[in-house]
Amino acid sequence: MRGFLVFFVSVAVMALAFWAYRENYETQQALQENNKLQRELGAAHERLSVLRAEWAYLNRPERLRDLADLNFERLGLMPLQPEQFGRVGQVSFPPRVSLINNPVDVMAVTGPEEADE
Amino acid sequence: MTRTPLRPLARILEAREKGENPDVIERENLDQRHEDLRDGARMRAEGRLLVLGVFFFVAFSVVGARMGLMAASEAHEPRAQASGAAIVATRADIVDRNGRVLATNLSTNSLYAQPLQMVDPVRSAHALVEIFPDLEAEKLIKQFTGGRKFLWIKKKISPEQQQAVFDIGEPGLLFGPREMRLYPNGRLAAHILGGASFGREGVHSAEVIGVAGVEKAMDSTLRDPARNGAPVQLSIDLTVQSAIRQVLYGGMKLMNAKGAMAVLMEINSGEVISMVSLPDFDPNDRPDLPTTGDAGDSPLFNRAVQGVYELGSVFKIFNMAMALEDGHVTPTSMVDTTGPMRWGRYRIRDFHNYGPHLSATDVIVKSSNVGSARLALQAGAERQQEFLGDLGFFTPTPVELVEAPYAKPLLPKNWSDIVVMTASYGHGFSSSPLHLATGYASLLNGGTKVTPTLLKREGPVPVGPRIVQSEVSEAARSMLRQVVVRGTARFGEVPGYAVGGKTGTADKPKPRGGYYKDRVVATFASVFPAHDPKFVLIVSLDEPSENSGPKPRRTAGWTAVPVAAEVIRRTAPLLGLRPEIEPVPEDKLLLSSN
Repeated sequence: MRGFLVFFVSVAVMALAFWAYRENYETQQALQENNKLQRELGAAHERLSVLRAEWAYLNRPERLRDLADLNFERLGLMPLQPEQFGRVGQVSFPPRVSLINNPVDVMAVTGPEEADE
Repeated sequence: MTRTPLRPLARILEAREKGENPDVIERENLDQRHEDLRDGARMRAEGRLLVLGVFFFVAFSVVGARMGLMAASEAHEPRAQASGAAIVATRADIVDRNGRVLATNLSTNSLYAQPLQMVDPVRSAHALVEIFPDLEAEKLIKQFTGGRKFLWIKKKISPEQQQAVFDIGEPGLLFGPREMRLYPNGRLAAHILGGASFGREGVHSAEVIGVAGVEKAMDSTLRDPARNGAPVQLSIDLTVQSAIRQVLYGGMKLMNAKGAMAVLMEINSGEVISMVSLPDFDPNDRPDLPTTGDAGDSPLFNRAVQGVYELGSVFKIFNMAMALEDGHVTPTSMVDTTGPMRWGRYRIRDFHNYGPHLSATDVIVKSSNVGSARLALQAGAERQQEFLGDLGFFTPTPVELVEAPYAKPLLPKNWSDIVVMTASYGHGFSSSPLHLATGYASLLNGGTKVTPTLLKREGPVPVGPRIVQSEVSEAARSMLRQVVVRGTARFGEVPGYAVGGKTGTADKPKPRGGYYKDRVVATFASVFPAHDPKFVLIVSLDEPSENSGPKPRRTAGWTAVPVAAEVIRRTAPLLGLRPEIEPVPEDKLLLSSN
């Protein structure tokens, strides 16, 4: 009985030691992983700020105006004019679509028009 | 502890005498001893259990507390690319009122050299000059071979330049990470943003500090780590700013002016929607302060805030509002305009002679100096000073620019009667266009003072102290509207926006006293729509001259007003104002009979 107990305890200690050893290394692994992810996050943040700056640079009003002027024939964009304000009453009613039998088809019909915008 | 013997002789003898069994005594003592032993063992075991219990309790408490702390603490800030960077917290961005980026950070590299580690200083010096043409080979060679241990070569280099320096293959040329301030919109809003440069510098990082404008005025806010990188939001609208700059630049060139400025202000909140001063500069590559010539001609000079000018007739409306408020006149009562008016050695004349009398409205519409001067004399020096002071003309504007506190209005030392008369039509004392915009907004928004600001206001704006009655404000607006409909600013009419405004053409003072005959500052101060005021716009041209006619025309009506009208036509739709048909003013008689 006593021998069995000693055996059992020593096996348990060995098992626990093995478990603690593995756990230790796994923790270190996780910490490294965490550091790596933090670094990646930092780099991603930095990349994001660079992209934001680039987006702002590419969207600066001066450039957009020049692009609108360059592509005037295709786009026909002009500065916003007071005359472009309208009233709701000036908007014509949409053409009456015949009775909707199959909503999926109707969605497919109206889909590309939205994509054109 | 004394050990009691199992068979104490005294008791044994006593028991033998009595004929009892002495073994009973031994047994009894043995029991006693066993009991003592057992008690001791139990005590020890209990003590151990207690120690173990305390140990486990402490251990679990530590684990629990740690878990609690970890759960309650905030997540770690992701580490920047440079390990061990001394300054991790970056400068906050500046965005416009719609969140578009006006100033942001970009990481680049700086280039430095450690000559002691260099393999071939002469070759690398020549190679460096090829990459950076502004460096001098001889100087570099001297520095590289002179026994110095460390020297900066470039503060900011682009990735392409960095690659080129890499390709030299010199181990003594090293890079340090740098945060660089970037203004993606270039010249747009240059005077508002100011610029930034490096403060204290180290190899691994450098401090970015503002040198002018909002960057300097709000430096501590922008650098505050507690804000956690939240951007500073300005009241500027980038789209409107861009449109105004474009129109103003065109106007400046058309009118042959050497400078121009515009301020667009929200009339109730005092938010500056746009502020343009031309010529301007690129804050990414801020020029040095001029060492020669007039500082006012430098592109760094913010005419809207730093430029203190005698702005001229645009001030007449303040004078008129004061007279209306004090009850000296009503819009229809007649004012004596017999000229010229003499005061000591001074003569006050009108541009044309308008006859002996004009109605109060026509004094503004025709811009009569004589009429304004007479009204000012009625009010007196004290009242005039008080009124202009209430409108904020005697103190620097509280706007969030580092230049603002230094732009103090220039006032005469002694506020004599001649100053009273000239001040009534905007001469004899100087203030900045931003002061004028604030004054117009305060007078025309219904009569309550506004505080100009460059920061976007959140929530309702507190109403300032009352300066004039709302009826006076309305009368002033209607007079300004008449100026555009039938007065000196007829070019200012923009269909649908009911512009009201006042022109001002002021001769520029010579540096040694007196006034130039052919140099003026032409200003148009306007409000739109006049019946439901939303915005105040000040447009000012420096030394304009409109040369299409036989004689050059310099008055504001010919120069600043058309430019301002175009500005309104372009920006009002951007500001979301839809054109409206101006309501016909109700007859005064009907109003009173109702």
